[in-house]
Amino acid sequence: MITTKETLQPEVIEAVVIRFVGDSGDGMQLTGTQFTDTSAMFGNDIATFPNYPSEIRAPQGSLYGVSGFQVHIGSVEISTPGDNLDLLVAMNPAGLKTNLYALKPGHTIIVDTDAFSKKNLEKAQYTTNPLEDNSLENYRVIQVDMTSLTKEALKEVEGLDNKSITRSKNMFALGMVYWMYGRDRQYTIDFFNKKFKSKPNLIEANTKVLNAGYYFAETLELIPNAYTISPAKMNPGIYRVIMGNTATAWGFLAAAEKSGLELFLGSYPITPATDILHELVKHKHFGVKAFQAEDEIAGIASAIGASFAGDLAITTTSGPGLALKGEALGLAMIMELPLVVVNVQRGGPSTGLPTKTEQSDLLQAMYGRNGESPVIVIAASTPADCFRFAFEASKLALEHMTPVILLTDGYIANGSAPWKIQSVDDLPEIKHRKTKEVIENWHPYNRDEKTLARDWAIPGTAGLEHRVGGLEKDSLTGNVSQAPENHEIMTRTRAEKIERVKNYIPEIKTEFADSGDLLVIGWGGTYGSLHSAVKQINGEGYTKIGFAHFNYINPLPKNTEELLKRFKKIIVCELNDGQFAKILRINFEGFKFYQKNKIQGLPFGNNELIAEFKKLVD
Amino acid sequence: MEAITEQKYTFKDFTSDQEVRWCPGCDDYVILRSMQKALPEMGVKREDVVFVSGIGCSSRFPYYMNTYGMHTIHGRAPGIASGVKLANPNLSVWIATGDGDAMAIGGNHFIHVLRRNIDLNIILFNNEIYGLTKGQFSPTSLVGQKTKSSPYGNTQPPFTPGELALGAGARFFGRIGGNVPKDITQILIDAHKFKGTSLVEVLQNCVIFNDGCFSSITNKDVKEDKQIFLEHGKPMIFGKERDKGLVLNGLKLEVVTIGENGITQEDLLVHDAKEKDPTMHQMLVRLEYPVATGIIRSFDDVTLEEREDALTKQVKANSKFKKTDDLFFAGETYEVK
Repeated sequence: MITTKETLQPEVIEAVVIRFVGDSGDGMQLTGTQFTDTSAMFGNDIATFPNYPSEIRAPQGSLYGVSGFQVHIGSVEISTPGDNLDLLVAMNPAGLKTNLYALKPGHTIIVDTDAFSKKNLEKAQYTTNPLEDNSLENYRVIQVDMTSLTKEALKEVEGLDNKSITRSKNMFALGMVYWMYGRDRQYTIDFFNKKFKSKPNLIEANTKVLNAGYYFAETLELIPNAYTISPAKMNPGIYRVIMGNTATAWGFLAAAEKSGLELFLGSYPITPATDILHELVKHKHFGVKAFQAEDEIAGIASAIGASFAGDLAITTTSGPGLALKGEALGLAMIMELPLVVVNVQRGGPSTGLPTKTEQSDLLQAMYGRNGESPVIVIAASTPADCFRFAFEASKLALEHMTPVILLTDGYIANGSAPWKIQSVDDLPEIKHRKTKEVIENWHPYNRDEKTLARDWAIPGTAGLEHRVGGLEKDSLTGNVSQAPENHEIMTRTRAEKIERVKNYIPEIKTEFADSGDLLVIGWGGTYGSLHSAVKQINGEGYTKIGFAHFNYINPLPKNTEELLKRFKKIIVCELNDGQFAKILRINFEGFKFYQKNKIQGLPFGNNELIAEFKKLVD
Repeated sequence: MEAITEQKYTFKDFTSDQEVRWCPGCDDYVILRSMQKALPEMGVKREDVVFVSGIGCSSRFPYYMNTYGMHTIHGRAPGIASGVKLANPNLSVWIATGDGDAMAIGGNHFIHVLRRNIDLNIILFNNEIYGLTKGQFSPTSLVGQKTKSSPYGNTQPPFTPGELALGAGARFFGRIGGNVPKDITQILIDAHKFKGTSLVEVLQNCVIFNDGCFSSITNKDVKEDKQIFLEHGKPMIFGKERDKGLVLNGLKLEVVTIGENGITQEDLLVHDAKEKDPTMHQMLVRLEYPVATGIIRSFDDVTLEEREDALTKQVKANSKFKKTDDLFFAGETYEVK
């Protein structure tokens, strides 16, 4: 049965936000990914965000077992996965119940009516069937008995058990959505051919169901209309859709190749950082040494050892893991070894919200070690630029002989977006500081005059045998020294070394306005949300609102203060309780920093930001 | 053609310019000099040797060795050394650690490094006390032992390092007194030759906080009667008169006297250090009289880096990716014009 509340005319639209939701086992991630990739191939700009439960196999039909995938596609620039939905595809009552809040009034829901059984309704804590009790009258509800139609479509395919048949109903839904938005099915059919190479009946089955959904939507003409979303205007080049964590991993691959070093990863599984480990273990063909250690501490410890031995060494983690690595990070810092620590931030404190996003590890990254222990801290801002910042983190670590903390977060790490592929040939050089030259009176704390980075003499180099360690070193010989003045000299030197990185990083730039009434400041993974909000308010005539987004936190760009002076008011927007605002206050006295903070495990929405900006300028 | 003669080192080549700062009379001096004497016999280049340590008296070791060295943080030397070795398998990597460093704060790393069997060498300075923090009980201190943190006697039962190590899968375990420099030198050479993680426990006297802790076993006048020095393929025989030995009685080791009750040397157990099954090795490390020293276990097994290397070669041979660009531009890409 299919009912529609109204009939609309076909239209050309700029962008659409779709969320596919269902049971953990309903294949929503795959459905979403297929729609995303097909749309990217078509030329749309895209941004996605998966939302799945922290339970691996939550009970079927339960509210907390709902898995979702949100995709935002457009013919215009897309910088976030979108706030509110234009289309909700709900494969069961629990999915409908937990996601309806996000759907714009008057917009469309596609449901599989077969899943709205008494049992499933109870599990979703519905007392009456929402498809029958008029509670959805503010939406266009397309009711499709998807499971039955899938079974019907597959009755002639041999060798399929009941489970495989039911499981392919997600492709029916995908077929319908493909028709609605005029997408080509071929990419997905090619995907089946590749994925089920050795199981021809599954290729046939999935293709049939996808087509059945597509034709169902088309030939019965019961879906109100087909939308058209033209290709977006993007810079020419070869693209691919990439997830933030994959981009991070690839940035390190590129840095290793560019620097001529082997890549060593020491890591311990932790959500949401583990996908970087998953990605890098695949790349033995590039000589990547990925070592899954017994704990977070051994993860960083092995990386420190590998760094001493001459590899490009990294360790990947999330908040609680960074806490465990703190002591070892201090060791790498005092030994002045190159090391990259990736912290894919999640909701804290303690175990907190492991699958949700937050920016609350900034102060931990800055100060979470004993003693005076400055390191470089940088943050990536989008899924695609995780590549650039992983590369940059490696370059800074190797050229300045220091640990670098790279902050990403669950939102950009799991989100995906088009990435204009960067050939390694086009990336900047990385000049690491390995030395083989035996000179008289050489000592390990010989420093470059400009950067203060020390030499990197690795084991195997005759004549440069030396010892380093966690005890304070004599500033000249590198031998253990407890001398009072020496300690102060060394402490200041290590701080100065980080401070001088200012001379090697880009200046901060503004978007939308160079000066004016309000400067919106953000850092890290909120770029998309903030950019999109400032763009929107700008379009509403607020042309004196500028936007500056920080990727370099320690040290801050040289021109930061000068930038702050150009605006009447400043607001710092963060997914924490004001950590970057604190850092700015410490560094720049005499400015008033307004704050917009959100600590819900969720990204900023456009409207909440815009409301805040208007309060300050109206 | 004769190979180019390698530079022959002496112990002086491995002695750094740093003043050694252990307490006078400490066994650590013996271990240090034994190590400096062992290295020239190993045929490794000085620049290929790396010493890694954690925290504690023993962990000052790298500073005194004229090789590459890292003095790191408490308990973490196994992790750091693993990284060094995996980054460059050509290096000879050594860990100097103590009972607290290895089995208390670093216990997790200690068992896992043994499990993995990376080709590293661990020298465990066991003095049954915390020295550097001035005299608290350690995980090998005895029940009843009075220390600064157990003034009425220690109530925590100890680990036997060998038992823990074998339980964690150690392929090579040796034990030696801290007062027998030649034997220490030899066992370190054997540990170096062994391919895989080798652990050498040195029964090391702490003259300040636990003086005499092993004297009833290691003193020159008693050691032959109180220790059984095991050698692979040789009968388990000991005693000043070489008249005592070990036999198996049921599931227990039993000390017998040659010549008594018709026992001859042929009746004694023969030490098989290379046996895969560690059951006998476990019985030997637990033995309180006599205390087993020498190489108790030396089971040849594949090392982690050999496995990794084989896999890497295989993946490389079958991969179409030679450069990262091959990966980046492969698969689902599209062009925007």
